[in-house]
Amino acid sequence: MGYSDARAFCPDLQSHPANLQEDARFQRVLARWAKRYCPWVGLEGEDGLVLNITGSAHLFGGEDAMLHDMRARLSRAGFLSRIGLADTRGAAWALAHHAPGIAPPGQSHQAIAALPVMALRLKETVSTSLQRVGIRTIADLVAVPRATVTRRFGREVLLRLDQALGGQGEDISPVPYPPSYQMRISLPEPIGLAADVQAGVESLLDPLCARLKANDMGARKLELTLRRVDQNAQSVELRLARPMRDPHRILPLFERGIREVDAGYGIDQMRLVATQVEPQPARQITHVQGVPTDKLDDLVTRIGNRIGLENVQRFLPADSHIPERSHIIAPAAWSEPAGGWAVVRDRPIRLFAPEPVAATGRTPPRHLRWRRMTLAVERVTGPERIAPEWWLPDDNWRSGVRDYWKVETRQGRRLWMFYTPQNPGWFVQGEFA
Amino acid sequence: MTAAITDYFPLRQGRAHEVCGAGAYGFACALAGQLGGNVMWIREDWQPELLNPEGFLPFFDPRKLLFAKGQSQIDVLASGEEALSSGAVNLTVMELSKSIGLTEGRRLQLAAEAGKSTGLCIISEGMGSNAAESRWRCAPIFAPADSTLIRWEIIKNKSGTLTGWDLRWDAETRRITVVSKAGQRPAPAHARG
Repeated sequence: MGYSDARAFCPDLQSHPANLQEDARFQRVLARWAKRYCPWVGLEGEDGLVLNITGSAHLFGGEDAMLHDMRARLSRAGFLSRIGLADTRGAAWALAHHAPGIAPPGQSHQAIAALPVMALRLKETVSTSLQRVGIRTIADLVAVPRATVTRRFGREVLLRLDQALGGQGEDISPVPYPPSYQMRISLPEPIGLAADVQAGVESLLDPLCARLKANDMGARKLELTLRRVDQNAQSVELRLARPMRDPHRILPLFERGIREVDAGYGIDQMRLVATQVEPQPARQITHVQGVPTDKLDDLVTRIGNRIGLENVQRFLPADSHIPERSHIIAPAAWSEPAGGWAVVRDRPIRLFAPEPVAATGRTPPRHLRWRRMTLAVERVTGPERIAPEWWLPDDNWRSGVRDYWKVETRQGRRLWMFYTPQNPGWFVQGEFA
Repeated sequence: MTAAITDYFPLRQGRAHEVCGAGAYGFACALAGQLGGNVMWIREDWQPELLNPEGFLPFFDPRKLLFAKGQSQIDVLASGEEALSSGAVNLTVMELSKSIGLTEGRRLQLAAEAGKSTGLCIISEGMGSNAAESRWRCAPIFAPADSTLIRWEIIKNKSGTLTGWDLRWDAETRRITVVSKAGQRPAPAHARG
């Protein structure tokens, strides 16, 4: 029913926007929690789990105690749960959704006989048509000859019935463990030389990169932890400019970090973890290949690990006629070089915050004093009027439109000045080559 | 008889050079355009002036520029050394705010030689180090008929004499051309334009 109909039934009804991704993520979290009961945990629909507790019920003191434990933990966490236990998955589903409880072993037939046909996970249309012909419960469905059911309603009905009663097997596909990208090595004797540590890192890096490659992922952040004999651990973190899984390229990038590690009395355990991975699909080598940027990426990684990976930047073009905003500065590690640069008019090489100069009039003055230099203006080009982007509030452009002039002085300096007619004033904003 | 500018520009590869003066940025951009390839520009993060990619578009393609902001001059020099020795960039430009000593200058030279790339330090007047291969002073000059006239002088040269040229930058061909001395230039057709 619609929301307004529901409000008619219950005036105090509250609603929250649904967050399907979070729900899916949390379902996986619950699946991981449910692994404390048995190793075979699968997802059931969008809001349920299915567990195969064969052989693990006795560990919790019997089926009753196990279910009680589950219910208690879930309600302590604030969940309302309905749990059904039966011989088959279909019967357990039916019980969970319509009559929560336990069906004694071998008696699932009787346990689900009284349940409506919807409990068999049938489609809405099929169960409606079943009810229309008078088959309301599962016991009624069992009583009908099988051939007629198939002829009238399709094979799915009998398949579901067999699955519920045990005639047809049904598997649970458990949620797999996400692959973890970490390697560890313990050494019989402590080591201290940088070259030895490099060799150890190399032996850890090879299988790690092989695992990354098998899963089509590339590492973005690697952390090497070196445990010393006095139980202190030193770690070296490496952030990469591009997802990489080539051990030959990653190994030299560790050199600087390893050299700065204090080995103390020796290192006896090394652990390498790829803490952040990104999908890196295999790339097709085509006959039109761009220039390979391996060396440049390695350089960005090296400099980035020294001064911060966000401080290595590049320019990207932006669609704006405001001079300060005609480009975007983006970190090099997370952007690709973009073309599309087009300049219509002369622009200065250097831009700075507008510096006021004392001058009056709509055209540039003959003499001006800027940064403690007295300049005599010889030639001017302009004006070029640039209006502020009225759709963006910008404090710098509160003074209104600007008339830009290229001013050449006898002392040689070529300045980019502007005049704001709406709040009269002259400013210098840039300098040409 | 002044030496030809092609002897000294593009700058000698595998070395670190210095440039000072008001036209230093233009010099760096023109050099970047001539050398081709990637350019790394390193400066300190407190410097308030911005490089304008629309401004150096006539000189070289902004796609090839990467720039880095260090927190102190040590960061700038260390990153510059990495960039020079890596061989991934053809030109490394470093903006220096304090003068550097002989050790740092020598390290830059060794890094440039190892990576076979060119290094350029933008300095203020009078701040150069003894280890630089050459030092240039660049200033724009006013000319009635030409708005790209610049004067480039070599004020320290380890492999030649000290000379200077008046040059103009041609935007269509992206080339610098030497112009003759002031007296021999054509008179302007009209006075102030």
